[in-house]
Amino acid sequence: MSSLQLASLLPWLVSLPLLAAIVSFVLPGGRSCRWFCSAAAAIHLSISMALLLLIKRGMDAGGAVYNIGGWGAPLGIDLHVDGFSALMIMLTNGIAFILTLYGAAYFTDTRKQARFWPLWWLLITALNCLYLAADAFNIYVALEIMGLASVALVALQGTVVALRAALRYLLAGLLGSLCYLLGVALLYRSYGVLDLAALGQRVLSEPLSWAALGVITVGLLLKTALLPLHFWLPSAHASAPAPVSAALSALVVKASFYLLVVFWLEVMPSATSYHGLQLLGALGAAAIVVGSLQAIRAQRLKLIVAYSTVAQLGYLFLLFPLVGEPLHSGNSLGGAAISAIIYFIIAHAFAKAAMFLSVGNIQHVVGHDKLTGLNAIARYMPLSLAAFAIAGVSLIGLPPSGGFIAKWLLLNLAIDSGQWWWAVAILGGGLLAAVYVFRVINFAFNDADSQLGADGLFNTQGDGSTAAPRLPRMLSACAFTLAVVAIVLGFTAPWLLSVPGVSFPGAAGSWGQP
Amino acid sequence: MTQDMLYSICGLLLFGIGLYRLIAAPRILLKVLAVNIQGVGVFMLLVATAYPHSDPVPHAMVLTGIVVAVAATALALSLYCRIHELQAGSGTEP
Amino acid sequence: MFNELDSTKPLPVGVRWVCAAGAAALTLTLVAMVFFAGAPASGLSGEVATRLPQSGVENPVTAVLLNFRSYDTLLEIAVLLVVVVALVPAGTTSANSADWFTSLRLGAVDPMSVGFAGLLAPIIVVVAGYLLWVGASRPGGAFQAGALLAATGILLSLIARQMPNFCRLPARLLLVAGLLVFILVGLIVSLATGAFLHFPQDFAGVLILLIEAAATLSIAAALLLFYSGLAQTEPAR
Repeated sequence: MSSLQLASLLPWLVSLPLLAAIVSFVLPGGRSCRWFCSAAAAIHLSISMALLLLIKRGMDAGGAVYNIGGWGAPLGIDLHVDGFSALMIMLTNGIAFILTLYGAAYFTDTRKQARFWPLWWLLITALNCLYLAADAFNIYVALEIMGLASVALVALQGTVVALRAALRYLLAGLLGSLCYLLGVALLYRSYGVLDLAALGQRVLSEPLSWAALGVITVGLLLKTALLPLHFWLPSAHASAPAPVSAALSALVVKASFYLLVVFWLEVMPSATSYHGLQLLGALGAAAIVVGSLQAIRAQRLKLIVAYSTVAQLGYLFLLFPLVGEPLHSGNSLGGAAISAIIYFIIAHAFAKAAMFLSVGNIQHVVGHDKLTGLNAIARYMPLSLAAFAIAGVSLIGLPPSGGFIAKWLLLNLAIDSGQWWWAVAILGGGLLAAVYVFRVINFAFNDADSQLGADGLFNTQGDGSTAAPRLPRMLSACAFTLAVVAIVLGFTAPWLLSVPGVSFPGAAGSWGQP
Repeated sequence: MTQDMLYSICGLLLFGIGLYRLIAAPRILLKVLAVNIQGVGVFMLLVATAYPHSDPVPHAMVLTGIVVAVAATALALSLYCRIHELQAGSGTEP
Repeated sequence: MFNELDSTKPLPVGVRWVCAAGAAALTLTLVAMVFFAGAPASGLSGEVATRLPQSGVENPVTAVLLNFRSYDTLLEIAVLLVVVVALVPAGTTSANSADWFTSLRLGAVDPMSVGFAGLLAPIIVVVAGYLLWVGASRPGGAFQAGALLAATGILLSLIARQMPNFCRLPARLLLVAGLLVFILVGLIVSLATGAFLHFPQDFAGVLILLIEAAATLSIAAALLLFYSGLAQTEPAR
């Protein structure tokens, strides 16, 4: 296998989901469309698996480049893949596959289905585009597809609450992408190129590049929902349909975080500063605390899970101080920090998707997700609640889950780099997560106080019989599978951490070098 | 001050005005307009950047950006209309 | 920031002043940095000029949009599709497919407008065709032509008080034609040249025109759909 073959896989990751979107838009049928979409998701999964395995074999640590249109950068647009992006693509298509199976069983209304599938494929297209992108303006267009498709998917629910959440999400997303575009315009003004590799070679530490990095960062932070800019996330993630919430929390916010890492550590490390890196870490630590406290106070299951996303996103930003300190002092713990964060992203994605799906199942059966009305629910839907509990184990960071390994790696880094205060945030966040996870589990498994039991839990019919809708087996199976993967990830750590290109050789310069 | 610098600065000012209105304006329609003004500000900066060397790349970027802005505005307005429809149907004041 | 969407009362004066001060500080910082950074870099104008003869068109902007950076334009059409999917009337092609057109809730139209529109529509269509054709050498192209066509469509549907039924298969095909043709051409040329969207030099001009023609139809249909979607749901106020 040569790197040419590796590169030739890349355009298919963009064109195939686009074609799937077109087919599911033109021929929105019931059953046949579901089969088609499941098959398409399986194909995407196998392509991204092949991509990851080829990268793993490690012919070229710098990854592979594909020239779209044959022009090559800087005139044309390139696609670029390295270990980090291959893992993210694998994660995206893996979770998308399970969510596609879930979505096929979840949407019973054909009108909603007809809208869901094309938007779903467009969202996956955008995510693949972002991870493959090697061009600053190309990233803007892909960000807009991602943002608009996410908004339309949130609005799918059709209630006033969901529409308002979607509109707020849209305005925040538009502001974010316009800030990003302003940054790109400033960069093009100074350096005259859009290709990220070429930019990386030209960027100097000067006022205009600081300004460009500043607005790009603000734009992407808005899209990633880091603490002061997270106002749109809870309502949007909590009012979307279950598979959409899962995708938004597990995948979409990670894409803009990935871009932040690319800009801060690969393209423009010369424009960053020690204080900037520390500030991002401090905001992350604040997000862990505030998000967890909000999750503890929330009264609806979906809101708890959404606020938990705000908190867990905070951990990702600890990357910046942990990678930054050694970089500036000339030592290289940087690669280990990146590996730990990628590991965290993957573990959180599976756990959070499992949580949103099991909450979706509860809502499907019970008709609401108010915490106080869920006494003893575990008796009626054990598999979904088990999925919630197992995912919670990973979220808290108990061994042997993926979340445990990720936090362990982060803790080691914090101690090794002499920044013990981040270790406090990591451990404190785990304790707070335990509080909100056990609060839910306490309600769900509470058998003693079961006067609400079968009759109170479900909407009681006139004749006294309960009318709980049957839960399709596929729905609980998907949630459970995701949760199990979140645990099993703990055993695959050596394999995942050995993917080349995840350990960046240095700060800059892994772009586009064969 | 050169002509293109004047236009660049005006573009940035438009972006700032749009930013202020987006945050401070009370109504949705005004916010949607404010985002559009921000977009126009960025496009103006791009066109002014292209001017001294008659560089076609920023022009292409602006054309793409305009299409994206049209699409995003249409989505925002449709959400706005549907919210109003639902609220009119349920009899609550918007 | 957006917690009180669409409230009628403005923010408190103090908050507004803080917002204004923040926005002004940010803007002035950017202005100062741009001003002192001086003239912009020469950018990619030189590269474009050198490669322009190989692109199959003479207008550099069209060459960038549809050849050098055609991938961006492909994704741009996908952005339109996102909103099309979000706004297209609910329903599947099997159901609700009896009629080609759906009627609009509008009052009577005066005969003067009917006559004038009858004169105007063919002219606009011809101009749109010209814009599409001339895009190869001078400013023009798919979006401009599509916008004009959409305007004709809106004019005619207001006169006829009817809209195309976007649930029907032909209308849906029209909405995706631009993207579909773009991807298929991109994949087919990759068999010949080895790279996605790498047009063979001799056929580049024809292929670009083909893609632009399909995109024009789709853009026109999409804009017409946006209009009808918003006109149908306009709140009674």
